[in-house]
Amino acid sequence: MCLAIPMKVIETSGGTDSLTDPPVAIVDADGIRRKVRLDLVDRMPGPGDYLIIHAGFAVNCLDAREAERSLELMNEIASSVPHVRHRTCSN
Amino acid sequence: MKYIDEYRNPDLVRSLSAEIQRKITRPVRIMEVCGTHTMAIFRHGLRRILPEKLYLVSGPGCPVCVTPPGLIDAFCKVAGRRDVITATFGDMIRVPGSSGSLADARAKGADIRIVYSPADAIQIARDNPEKLVVFIAIGFETTIPLIAASILQAYREDINNFCIFPANKVMPPALETLMKDTSLNLDGLLCPGHVSIITGSEAFSFLAEDYGLSCAIAGFEPADILLAILALMEQINEGSYRVDNCYTRAVTAAGNLKARELVQEVFTPVDSRWRGLGTIAGSGLVPKGKYADFDVTRRLAIQVSEIDEPPGCLCGEILKGMKRPSECPLFGKNCTPSAPIGPCMVSNEGTCAAWYRFGVESI
Repeated sequence: MCLAIPMKVIETSGGTDSLTDPPVAIVDADGIRRKVRLDLVDRMPGPGDYLIIHAGFAVNCLDAREAERSLELMNEIASSVPHVRHRTCSN
Repeated sequence: MKYIDEYRNPDLVRSLSAEIQRKITRPVRIMEVCGTHTMAIFRHGLRRILPEKLYLVSGPGCPVCVTPPGLIDAFCKVAGRRDVITATFGDMIRVPGSSGSLADARAKGADIRIVYSPADAIQIARDNPEKLVVFIAIGFETTIPLIAASILQAYREDINNFCIFPANKVMPPALETLMKDTSLNLDGLLCPGHVSIITGSEAFSFLAEDYGLSCAIAGFEPADILLAILALMEQINEGSYRVDNCYTRAVTAAGNLKARELVQEVFTPVDSRWRGLGTIAGSGLVPKGKYADFDVTRRLAIQVSEIDEPPGCLCGEILKGMKRPSECPLFGKNCTPSAPIGPCMVSNEGTCAAWYRFGVESI
């Protein structure tokens, strides 16, 4: 139901008027392209950004730096650095 | 694909599960309340690589499944009107009420169309000005802003033949109801990732503070889910309660304010009945003020009756995490995905459908 996958922004357009020209983006995931509405994102994406798409709307623009950080953290745990006390996630 | 493949790296997944194995010292019960988590856990075979002492319970995370049968009867009744076109998400169509499903109504001639987005329902309304287009508005916080945006669009464009059948639900009041039931005996909660994108991680703080529940927000890839379980293990071992955000690439503390403003503009909270959980104060939403006419129950004066669940069906108990699908006498025998009795077997994300599909007869 709330299936939502990250899709890459190819281009954005519109946005000059929320009523007559709402902002939209063309997004791609593995060659599948879709036009999605950007009414709901709180940060306007640009080409190369990744959006989480749900039922034709982008609900979020992924934070590339946070993605990198969490992956680093996972890899750090995976390599099981002995005696290093880590806090697993932010809170 | 970026943001997917790296979180499915087998070495990473194996190491994280080994670390969970190392951390677990006693039997632990963790609930997930998102249908997409339920499916991801099965699809990636995570139960097989997690310790036996870790007991994963599915909660009321599937919007189709928590929709009570009386409401489905009301959907079917509206759909049967000759002046109505019904637009619905696909997973709602086969869920039976007390006298059939929307699919049955369609077989009898009702004009029912499966849409991918509420915005598609607006287009159907534009194309069919002589009909009233009713969008079946199910879904939690992730879906509600899209419905709010669609109502706003219809209002601004003066599309008067579009309305919704309000059946949306919000998660925190339902979780609070669950937590008051001490027999559930939960140690931790995997908070729903996409709901949290909208609500922010702060929306779940009351569970840690008021109910002493360890919480972690999880993404949907295997490493995401394992990282969140590991965060829960750390909290449980420390005896601490907080909300760890393990999906920081998508979820912030405050959530998506823009989406929430849209929801507040269009909707007002009402009490709402959940299958299995009963009526929960403030857990539903209806269009308010100048948007109130977009509510079909108001426009057509529709009454929704309370109807008992099908005899023998344990969906209610399964949705609360009190029973497993294999404990239901109907599971896999009278109730299968091709001939479902309860909603948990219909929806792709239903707990029973997931157990059936992935061949879990008994765990």
